[in-house]
Amino acid sequence: MSVIVRIPTALRKITADQDRIPADGGDLSECIASLDASYPGLKERLCDESGEIRRFVNIYVNGEDVRFLQGLATPLKNGAEVSIVPAVAGGGGQATELEA
Amino acid sequence: MTVTVYIPAPFRRLTGNRSYVEGHGQTVAELLDELKTRYPALGDMLQNEAGELPAHIHVYVNNQEIHSLQGEATPLKDGDEVAVIPAIAGGQDLTPDQMLRYSRQIMIPQVGSAGQRKLLDAKVLIVGAGGLGSPAAVYLAAAGVGTLGIVDNDELDLSNLQRQILHHTPDVGRPKVESAQETIALYNPDVRVIPHRVRLTSANAMEIIAQYDMVVGAVDNFVTRYLLNDACYLAGKPYIDGGVFLFEGQATVFVPGRGCYRCLFPAPPPADLVPSPSQVGLLGALPGVIGVIEAFEVLKLILGLGESLSGRLLIFDALTMEFRQVRTRRDPRCPLCGDAPTIHEIGDYEASPSSSLAGHD
Repeated sequence: MSVIVRIPTALRKITADQDRIPADGGDLSECIASLDASYPGLKERLCDESGEIRRFVNIYVNGEDVRFLQGLATPLKNGAEVSIVPAVAGGGGQATELEA
Repeated sequence: MTVTVYIPAPFRRLTGNRSYVEGHGQTVAELLDELKTRYPALGDMLQNEAGELPAHIHVYVNNQEIHSLQGEATPLKDGDEVAVIPAIAGGQDLTPDQMLRYSRQIMIPQVGSAGQRKLLDAKVLIVGAGGLGSPAAVYLAAAGVGTLGIVDNDELDLSNLQRQILHHTPDVGRPKVESAQETIALYNPDVRVIPHRVRLTSANAMEIIAQYDMVVGAVDNFVTRYLLNDACYLAGKPYIDGGVFLFEGQATVFVPGRGCYRCLFPAPPPADLVPSPSQVGLLGALPGVIGVIEAFEVLKLILGLGESLSGRLLIFDALTMEFRQVRTRRDPRCPLCGDAPTIHEIGDYEASPSSSLAGHD
């Protein structure tokens, strides 16, 4: 399945400043693997050592938080929009570890 | 002389729904006579049985009430702006000054004088007088939100002025709550500012929040964010949240029982991996956008207008100038607002390693 992944500001150093990237995968974990193959380092920003999505990063498929779907096993349909959304704090600007 | 006459909402049906009409006359009296001729129905409102201007109608020339000028003999110049404003009956009157000050929002049918009264009666706490809190406070004050609490423990640094528009250059070195209070008083003396020159902690959060109807989060760290989230939920207060990073901003609203920040992000990033705010650059207009969105959400909640951001996270990308939204939900497994909560009071956020922010019995 071909999907579009929306990249937050904090990760665009890894993606050569691209804010949306086409990716492939039948489910979310395949999609992340495909992204990591093109942009090494992306996966470890999103997932912890045990492979789970980090608790301060949300991933949405068509606007729905995958934690309320099937997590990394959430199936992807052709044309789906995958959004990566990190927690941001900062009345004046504060980064999360996501910053590349 | 040709002048512009402002017609307030209650009279607008008498002028073909026009908020401004052109008028002519050498004096206010001549202008009123001319208006009576052209708009007879309006004319009925502008005179009593004796043909005089009724006491409850206030006439302003360039924002000055004519009794402080020369009454109906006040001369008019080309281009003057004249307003005819009725006082509203009842004990909870808006003053003529307030009718004029807030006229551009009172004329909105969904706001009106009743809505303005709600704004003046509202009590809103803003936590943080920085990049987000400044624009939020300025617009809430300008709109006439009657009581604004400001929590901030810092003194103004020269480097804050690039984005923190509540403060001015001579304020460098002063407590931010003091300069905030002065700035707000200049914008709108109707607003009572309650300065809280403290850092919000688990020891004082519940007591401070209890005094307000709702809370605007404008903080620069995750510890205070989670503390505020928990305190607002436990106190049953809506929590308007905003955050910015580099070129991106987020805003949402948490209404108790409909999800909280922990449902959205179960845990903050590990503390040792979060750079201090001074290490991350941003343009001041970014928290400007997000802070103004927070202010608008507050106004909507007070006025009961539209659909709040509750249930949605708004994401703003300044580089592509795009707004997107994703859904937020109450998580049944949430330790604060889930089905089997383990957090029943606010805990010791400061001393804990960040992972324990996720739960406290």
